[in-house]
Amino acid sequence: MPRRELLTGNEAVAHAVALADAKVIGIYPITPQTTIIEKICDLAAKKVFQPRIIHVESEHSAMATVIAASYTGVRAFTATSAQGLALMHELLHWAGGGRLPVVLANVNRAMAPGWSIWTDQNDSLSQRDTGWMQFYCESAQEVLDSLLLAFRVSERVMIPSMVVLDAFVLSHTSEPVEMPDAETVAEFLPEYRAPFRLDVEKPCSFGALLRPQHYQEIRVQLQDAMEAAVAEIEASDELWKKLTGRGWGVVAGYRTEDADILFVTSATVASTARAVADRLREEGIKVGVVKVRVFRPFPFAAIRRALAGRRLAVVFDRNISYGHHGIFAQEIKSALYGVSGAPPLACFVGGLGGRDVTRETIETTLRSALAKSNGRLFAWI
Amino acid sequence: MHRKPRLQGRPLWNVPSDEIYGQGHLACPGCGAAISMRLALKALGRRTIIVLPACCFSVIDGPFPCSAAGVPVLHCAFETAGASAAGVRAALAARGDDETLVMAWAGDGGTYDIGFQALSAAAERNEDILFVCYDNEAYMNTGIQRSGATPMSAWTATTPAYPGKAEPKKDLAAIMIAHRIPYFATACPTYVDDFLMKFRKARAMRGFRMIHVFSPCAPGWQVAEAETIALGHLAVRARVFPLLEAEEGGRVRRLNVDPPPLPVADYLRRQGRFKHLKDGDVKAVQAEVDRRWEELTARCERPARLDGRAPRKWRLPSFERLQGPRRLV
Ligand SMILES: Cc1ncc(C[n+]2csc(CCOP(=O)(O)OP(=O)(O)O)c2C)c(N)n1
Ligand code: SF4
Ligand SMILES: [Mg+2]
Repeated sequence: MPRRELLTGNEAVAHAVALADAKVIGIYPITPQTTIIEKICDLAAKKVFQPRIIHVESEHSAMATVIAASYTGVRAFTATSAQGLALMHELLHWAGGGRLPVVLANVNRAMAPGWSIWTDQNDSLSQRDTGWMQFYCESAQEVLDSLLLAFRVSERVMIPSMVVLDAFVLSHTSEPVEMPDAETVAEFLPEYRAPFRLDVEKPCSFGALLRPQHYQEIRVQLQDAMEAAVAEIEASDELWKKLTGRGWGVVAGYRTEDADILFVTSATVASTARAVADRLREEGIKVGVVKVRVFRPFPFAAIRRALAGRRLAVVFDRNISYGHHGIFAQEIKSALYGVSGAPPLACFVGGLGGRDVTRETIETTLRSALAKSNGRLFAWI
Repeated sequence: MHRKPRLQGRPLWNVPSDEIYGQGHLACPGCGAAISMRLALKALGRRTIIVLPACCFSVIDGPFPCSAAGVPVLHCAFETAGASAAGVRAALAARGDDETLVMAWAGDGGTYDIGFQALSAAAERNEDILFVCYDNEAYMNTGIQRSGATPMSAWTATTPAYPGKAEPKKDLAAIMIAHRIPYFATACPTYVDDFLMKFRKARAMRGFRMIHVFSPCAPGWQVAEAETIALGHLAVRARVFPLLEAEEGGRVRRLNVDPPPLPVADYLRRQGRFKHLKDGDVKAVQAEVDRRWEELTARCERPARLDGRAPRKWRLPSFERLQGPRRLV
């Protein structure tokens, strides 16, 4: 029987890393991520697992050490938030371009200035083009499962993964979490066998100068692998469902079958949105919720399947690309371009810097979108 | 007029014949860094992994899919040599390999400047790695720009106005010894025995070891390609680059070579990057060199002067004279 434990989102990360038996972990504190590395140190001290923990002097070095460890052929992990992730930016490219199955947990936190420790998604979405997969989670259970899935998929497609969870709302909120047993994990996530590594018996150089005749070829391979990763994520999710009964999908629908109006969002806002959908349905408004769980690789097909043929899709973004608008909205629009039956989109941005996204916020969003129907493309809430 | 240094030919019986680094590398002829890498790997052997931040060696080692190294090479971000080497070492340990040496090989920019934070942290954590700084005293890969290692008065592309760089060179030895690391040494490829001894010694130790290597650079210093070895000799004799070691966190400090000094002008006047210097400027450099020498060597054991007298003719010291009885293989 799998155990159930009461875990915060951050504790779920730490337990998942222990279950995955990561061998090298680079750690550096930043609120609200810090309790992840504290818990990892605690689990290591209790010999739940025995990673080499490197107490680096910055997130930049944290990412550098895990990249180097991954090049040496072991499973490697680090965690961060906001400023720390931004500081890692150059190294994120090194991991993506190096095709390393590094896994990182990012606790979404708004970027300074001014200082904010509260949630929004601009930190992780700013890293969109670094060649990393990105998974957005909604519950502590989803965090734990996604971490294990991230390790598995990363090691199968050789692309790094970022598992993302909202500051405080998820990172510091306790929920019951079903802990998979060691055999289940072992079946799902076998020991990592690196297809290449630094090895004195077989000396190779990694990351050497790439001339124009090679650079693009290697980037083509990365793009192909990214595209193929969607199917790999879906297959791994299926396997996890078979093993544990839990599957999360790349896009998760709620009461969408007969819905006219879809509320499309990501992460913890989705939980609140489901409650709002229930309430509005009592009034006869047929609302469904679509949660986009995987942001990279972008699940074009699943988005098209979910949205085509509806009367209206309302996209709620807890992030913004200044001068354009919400980032998920942009991506969804690009997925719907030229698709027959593509619904009109109403795009809203809100909840930045940890502003609460309550049921009222979402209800107001939906009602104003309905009132204007196709009137306005973008609004703040 | 400047004197020509006298280099006396002597068989280098102590140099292993295994050529681990070299074939097909892309360094300029006479590159001090390339000579140093060749010697270093001879001392360290093939059970070595090189961690290379951005520097001339990113090019020297060869473009994909080539590598001139007979050992694995990890190219890493410019500022990450210390952290990347630590990551490789930790992963090797996780794989049960405690034997392979991880050597970060960084330029002066990747050591004194952009790489300093990760270096200092790796030293503080006493990571089990060897960090080598090959010091050509400027950002050479990007075309001779000033770094924290550029000496006072040197011309670089970013200090073009007379009298060159205004500030003295950062004191790497003092800074790193202050980290209380197990081993810090300076080495110069002219002094082959001393150079090999230090790399061998570092190989045999554990914890954070650092070697600061003097690396003349013909295009950067505006010298002839054949001058590299002579410049190393002059730099040591003019006390611009003292050869020393610090062990046990600086408790034991040793000056390895203590020749009767030559005026610093002998060293400066051979290099195009100092050709604008007036006599007064040379005096200022001499004063800075003297001051640094005093500071650096104050707490150092000195090598025994042959038979108590200063030798009339300075010769390249042999391995035994430097070290007493041979202890390391
Ligand atoms: C973050 C970053 N900034 C700048 C550069 C450009 N860059 C590459 S090598 C180099 C100079 C390296 O100088 P040094 O470390 O002294 O080595 P050298 O080239 O002199 O051998 C610079 C500035 C870079 N690769 N990465
Ligand atoms: S520029 Fe200088 S350091 Fe770089 S390869 Fe040429 S000689 Fe060596
Ligand atoms: Mg340099």
